[in-house]
Amino acid sequence: MAETKPVLMQGNEACAEGAISAGVRFYAGYPITPSTEVAELMAAKLPELGGVFIQMEDEIASMAAVIGASIGGMRTLTASSGPGFSLKQENIGYAIMAEIPCVIVNVQRMGPSTGVPTAPAQGDVMQTRWGTHGDHPIIVFSPASVYETFYLTIAAVNLSQKLRQPVIMLLDEVIGHMREKVLIPEAGKLLVEKSSDNVPADWKPYDEKGLTPLVPFGFGHYYHVTGLFHDQYGFPTGDPPQVERALDRIHGKLEKYRDEIVLTNYIGHKEPRVVIIAYGCTVRSARAVVKKAYWQNRLPVGLLSLQTLWPFPDKEVAAIAKQADVIIVPEMNMGQIVGEVERYACGNAEIVPLNRYDGEMISPDQISELLGRWL
Amino acid sequence: MSNRQEVLLTGAGGQGLILASIILAEAAVNDNKNVVQTQSYGPEARGGASMAGVIIDVDTIEYPKVTKPSVLLCMNQASFNKYIPKVEESCIIIVDSTFVSGSYREDYKITALPITQAAREQLGREVVANMLALGAINAATGLVDREIFRESIFKLAPKGSGELNQQAFDLGYRLFNEGMGQNLGISSQTPQ
Amino acid sequence: MEQLTQDFLRTKKLPHIWCPGCGNGIVTAALVRAIERAGYNQQDVVIVSGIGCSSRAAGYLNFNTLHTTHGRALAFATGLKMARPELKLFVIMGDGDCSAIGGNHFIHAARRNIDLNAVIINNHIYGMTGGQHSPLTPTGMKATTAPGGTLERPFDLLELARGAGATFGARGNAAQPRQLEQLISRAANHKGFSVVEALSQCPIAYGRRNKLGGAVEMLREMKDKAVSVEKASTMDVDELKDKTLSGVIYSVDAPEFSEEYYRSIGKA
Repeated sequence: MAETKPVLMQGNEACAEGAISAGVRFYAGYPITPSTEVAELMAAKLPELGGVFIQMEDEIASMAAVIGASIGGMRTLTASSGPGFSLKQENIGYAIMAEIPCVIVNVQRMGPSTGVPTAPAQGDVMQTRWGTHGDHPIIVFSPASVYETFYLTIAAVNLSQKLRQPVIMLLDEVIGHMREKVLIPEAGKLLVEKSSDNVPADWKPYDEKGLTPLVPFGFGHYYHVTGLFHDQYGFPTGDPPQVERALDRIHGKLEKYRDEIVLTNYIGHKEPRVVIIAYGCTVRSARAVVKKAYWQNRLPVGLLSLQTLWPFPDKEVAAIAKQADVIIVPEMNMGQIVGEVERYACGNAEIVPLNRYDGEMISPDQISELLGRWL
Repeated sequence: MSNRQEVLLTGAGGQGLILASIILAEAAVNDNKNVVQTQSYGPEARGGASMAGVIIDVDTIEYPKVTKPSVLLCMNQASFNKYIPKVEESCIIIVDSTFVSGSYREDYKITALPITQAAREQLGREVVANMLALGAINAATGLVDREIFRESIFKLAPKGSGELNQQAFDLGYRLFNEGMGQNLGISSQTPQ
Repeated sequence: MEQLTQDFLRTKKLPHIWCPGCGNGIVTAALVRAIERAGYNQQDVVIVSGIGCSSRAAGYLNFNTLHTTHGRALAFATGLKMARPELKLFVIMGDGDCSAIGGNHFIHAARRNIDLNAVIINNHIYGMTGGQHSPLTPTGMKATTAPGGTLERPFDLLELARGAGATFGARGNAAQPRQLEQLISRAANHKGFSVVEALSQCPIAYGRRNKLGGAVEMLREMKDKAVSVEKASTMDVDELKDKTLSGVIYSVDAPEFSEEYYRSIGKA
């Protein structure tokens, strides 16, 4: 792939640039630290591209406007942080239920509540999974660099379009605010999911046969969109078999495309004794440690970094647990993903959480020190 | 990891340290190096203390935060008092003697330069003190190729101020070179 | 009254879920006639609604219909209108939906003067949940959550909208469907944010509890109380006591938001 000159880019900026590269032309949002840069960049760039930027009256309205614009046929994005992300939850559930594609960015900050607005944390992992009510599926990406932010945002837009499913980009303050060198391919060299322009004559918005493209409003297909359980034409139903089928449908599409959605990366020893499982900015500290321990000192250690948090990389974790004696899970919270690791490790490895929740990053030294207990 | 250079720019909000850190990072990218730039946000960034870090390395940079500065810039007294005790002896320290005074241990490599004063008196604009500081840092460390650095300044400086900012950068070089010649140091001279 | 155009109704979805005597059907019919009268292409019309009895109307109308979340219809509609300014959007809300949980979106849609046609079916009560008081329930009236009568004062919805910047405000009622149709029709032709408050009866959850009689009595009272703007100008304060103004209360010109936006980016 031909790549242009390296550039210096901020994480939040990479999110906006990735979205634009993937065809996003509508942004609705509300100011909140530490995600505001995404909005500011979209406000500067979208009008030049003929797109729409709108600052809404609140976070709830932002989420609603994004869904409205998606139904109009635009690719959409909204960005927020902790408190604002909480406010968006009801309408995120609506988008899941009505199968409206959109990408929601949450640049995590220290919570709960107003917390420490400028301090990094990874406390929203479970909120991205279960923030909205009901038994819903969700896709969540967690980048560990500016480069990954760019590419995962494109992947988020693509998957969201293809599966008609909201996708959440879960950044943390460190990744959102840091600037680093990235290589961005020329426009046109990126893999961007095309909109389908051939609509079958018997098109149904929620075809029981499976995935079906969204035909925007205004093109003569008079269907109904609702947050109520609905039949394949979108009309409300409370009929138990249809309700069950509808829930199976929205979960089933993620299961079917699971391997396209779940992204992880392993570096280190082929037969590791100790493996670190990390995501977001914590990956960087872990990688510094593994590079030294494995690349320099040939110790039996490895790092499984999770770019996808939800659906949880169950198979990958289960496989690692069979190899390793110990799995260390560093997180900038009181322990969230560690529960999932435990669940899928099935007792095959000792699971050791490493938690930090004082608003600072976990340092490589902290991980090294813990690692030293087994090596 | 021996190639890792950690630069910490400290001072007060409004002294242009964040922009300076971004320009330094941009220059390093243009010089084909790996770089990560971070900064302190929040109430600290609103008029009070300001801090930005730039890590430059030929290898991939993993941990993005500055932990052992190899270069420290202090643009006011508060930052000088706060950060000096935290750095190692090998750290190259540049202070703006316009705002910083006091005597410190001789074993620190402290270079005191009248950065803001020179910007004001020789270029007529205090706001370019940040570029002057970058010139002094680069003169002291050779972090980035000088010409590439100058080009990066021109590119990122506010419209119409590219040349002035380049002049400030060059003046920083001169100040550092002259300052070293005169053995100017904070421990041997107390600015007024 | 002439037959409704069947093209614009999803007849297979009927009968509707509304209670006997409910005014929602009358208002919905007036809306359909107004759309017909405006001569829009079917595919250019979008019906957006919130949550509540009135918002179920969207499901019965044969257009692109968007049944959103409680209170948020105008925010969804704002996104859609900005994405597709050529579409004609009618936003059906109930009194609680629009003025309580959706109050913020209501005033900001008015402030932007975005070209949406808000039709608020005001029956003074939360019907779907069984009769709780809303911000448009008159003081003293009973509800399940105000068993001794509500102490709260109601909004004047049209004045609220006007204060927030709405450029068109009209009030009609279910007892005078022909006038209501004309008001919605005028709202549709108005460029900018328009508000039509359609007074309606809820004999089950409101009328019965407040001893207002059945649908017929409630409609009769609605009609008796209604005074046109023209007639009101000839009446004094005492005469106007207990009356309700009906007709176009205000209509002014101001820049419309989506048009201004696309002009500003060079695409209009």
